[in-house]
Amino acid sequence: MGTLIEEIFSRKLGRTVQAGEIVLSDVDYIMSHDNTTPLAIKAWREIGKPIKDKNKIVIHFDHAYPAPNLAAAEAQKRIVDFMKAQDIQNFYHQGVCHQVMIEEGYVKPGYVIIGGDSHSNTYGAFGAFGTGFGSTEIGVAWVAGKTWFRVPETILVHIIGATKPGVYAKDVMIHIAGVMGMDGATYRSVEFAGPYIDALPMVERIIFSNMSTEIGAKCGLIAPDQTTIDYLQNHTRAQGPFDWIKPVNPRYERLIEIDASSLEPQVACHPDVDNVKPLAEVAGLPIDEVFIGTCTNGRYEDLEIAASLLKGRKVSRFTRLIVTPASTTIYQKALANGLIQVFMDAGATIGVVGCGACIGRHGGLLAPKERAFTTMNRNFIGRMGSPEAEIYLGSPAAAAATAIEGKIADPRKYLEG
Amino acid sequence: MEKAATKNRAWKFGDNLNTDEIIPARYNITIVEKELAEHVFCEVYPEFAPNVKAGDVVVGGMNFGCGSSREHAPIAIKGSQVKCVIAGSYARIFYRNAINIGLPILESVEASREIQDGDEIDVDLATGEIRNLTQGKTYLAKPLPKFVLQIVQAGGIVNFLKNNDIEDLM
Repeated sequence: MGTLIEEIFSRKLGRTVQAGEIVLSDVDYIMSHDNTTPLAIKAWREIGKPIKDKNKIVIHFDHAYPAPNLAAAEAQKRIVDFMKAQDIQNFYHQGVCHQVMIEEGYVKPGYVIIGGDSHSNTYGAFGAFGTGFGSTEIGVAWVAGKTWFRVPETILVHIIGATKPGVYAKDVMIHIAGVMGMDGATYRSVEFAGPYIDALPMVERIIFSNMSTEIGAKCGLIAPDQTTIDYLQNHTRAQGPFDWIKPVNPRYERLIEIDASSLEPQVACHPDVDNVKPLAEVAGLPIDEVFIGTCTNGRYEDLEIAASLLKGRKVSRFTRLIVTPASTTIYQKALANGLIQVFMDAGATIGVVGCGACIGRHGGLLAPKERAFTTMNRNFIGRMGSPEAEIYLGSPAAAAATAIEGKIADPRKYLEG
Repeated sequence: MEKAATKNRAWKFGDNLNTDEIIPARYNITIVEKELAEHVFCEVYPEFAPNVKAGDVVVGGMNFGCGSSREHAPIAIKGSQVKCVIAGSYARIFYRNAINIGLPILESVEASREIQDGDEIDVDLATGEIRNLTQGKTYLAKPLPKFVLQIVQAGGIVNFLKNNDIEDLM
C-alpha cells in the first residue's frame, strides 16, 4: 500500500512502510566511480572491518578515464590495487557509470541501489530506488551491506499530451525544472506518470529520473510497465523475473500537472538549471562549444537525432562540436550504422566514452568568456572549466542545430518533413 | 527554567545557505575538523569562527546546506563544537552527511524563524525541546531518532561501526 517508494521499501523490508519512517534496508548494489571511490576506500580502512559482500560492489572508471593527468592516474592505480586485493569483480571502464549499470543488468524494478554519484537517481526510470550518497557512506555500505533511509514523501508529476515535432523529453524535463525550481523536490521522491510517460520509450524516460537530481529529489521513479520489461530483456543483461512494482492507493504530498503538447523547445540558461526559457528567446546567442553526450543524452537515439540534422551539413567554422557516446555499446552501434561517419564528415570531434566534458577535467574544457550549448543535466558555474564560462542546456536536436549555425538555433528548421 | 547560566548563544543565518557559504571550496584541502572550523562561515559571518563557544547553536533558515555533496561543510560546523544546528529544512545530502559525521541537526520552521542572533538557547537533543531563554519561548522540534543519537554519541557512523554492527542502530 502506498506510493512507489513506499512499495519498494515495504517489499524490501517485508512489512508496510510509510513516508517519514526511518528504516534500515539491504542494498542490492553499491556503485562508485574513479572520483568517489578513493574516499570510500579511506572510510572503509578507518572502520577496519571486512567487506560484507563484494558482489554488491560495482566500480566504474568514467569521470576521467583514461587518466588525463598524474593525480587521476595515481588515484586510479590505488583503486585498482584495492580491487585486486579485495577481489572485486564488478569493474567497468566502458562508459558513463549510470548507462553501464543499465546495460550490464544491475538495474531492475524494486532494487535499492546507492551510488557515489548524484545522478544515481537515473535507475528510477526502471522502478528501482537509486540515490546519490557521499563517499563515506559508500565505504560504510561496503562493510554493512545495508544502510539507513528516511522513506520520503512523494510528489506526483503527471504529464499529459504529446510533444510537437522538434520537442523532446529533454525539453519537457527542463520545463519541469523551471516550474519546480532547484529545491522544488528536496527530500522528496518524485513519481513521473501519466499518458505522456506511458507512451515514452525507455531512453527518454531515463531523462526524467536522471534530472530529478536537479530539482533536489532523493529519487525520480517511474512505475515499470511492458516498455520497461521489453527494454530490460532486449537491451540489457538483466535476468527476469521482473517485479511489476506499482503504486497502490498512493497518497501524494503534491500533484503537478504538465501538458507536454503546449511546449516549444526549451533551454536551461546560465547559470542555473531552473533558469529556463523557450529556445526562441535565446536563439542567436553565439556558441563556442557544442557538447553532445552524458548520462542524460549520450544514448544511441540521441546521437541518431543529432546525426539526422548534421547529415550533409558542416559545423560552423569557429564552433567545436564534441560528440561523446555514453558507452562502448552505443559507440559501436553508432559506428556500425554510420552515425560516427556523419559526425566526422560534419567536422565533429568524437570523444572517449564516459563523462567527457561534463565534469570539466578533460575532453573539452571551456576558457573564460566561452559559451557552451550542451545536452548535459546541469550548468553550474565552473562545471566545464572556467568559472567565467557559460553553459546552456537543451536537447540533442537543438545542440546539433546550434553546432551548424554557431549560435543557439531552433532544431525544427532542419528536421525533415 | 533557571538555566540562564548555560549562556549558549544562537548564531543566525538565512535561507538557502549553501555548502560554499558554510566553508568555501578553497579551504577543503583538509578533512581535519579543527582546521576546517577555523574558516567556517568566514565569508557570510566572519565573527563566528573566532567567537563561537562549545555549546552554542547555529540557527539556519530553509534548505540549509544546499549545493555540493562535499562532507567538509558539516565537518567544519562540527569542528566549531556547536551543540547542534536548528533549521527550517535541510538539503538532502547535507542532512545525511551531518548525521553520518555526527553533527546533531534539528528541524523547526518556527524556531528557525523566531530565534534571533545572540538569543540564549537551551536544547535537549533527546526530546527535541528548544528553549529560547531570551524570548521566553519553547519549541518542540522532532526529536532525534534513537539511532541518530547513537551515531552522534559515537562521533559519526565510521566510529560507530568500528565497535558495532549496523543492526545495532535500530
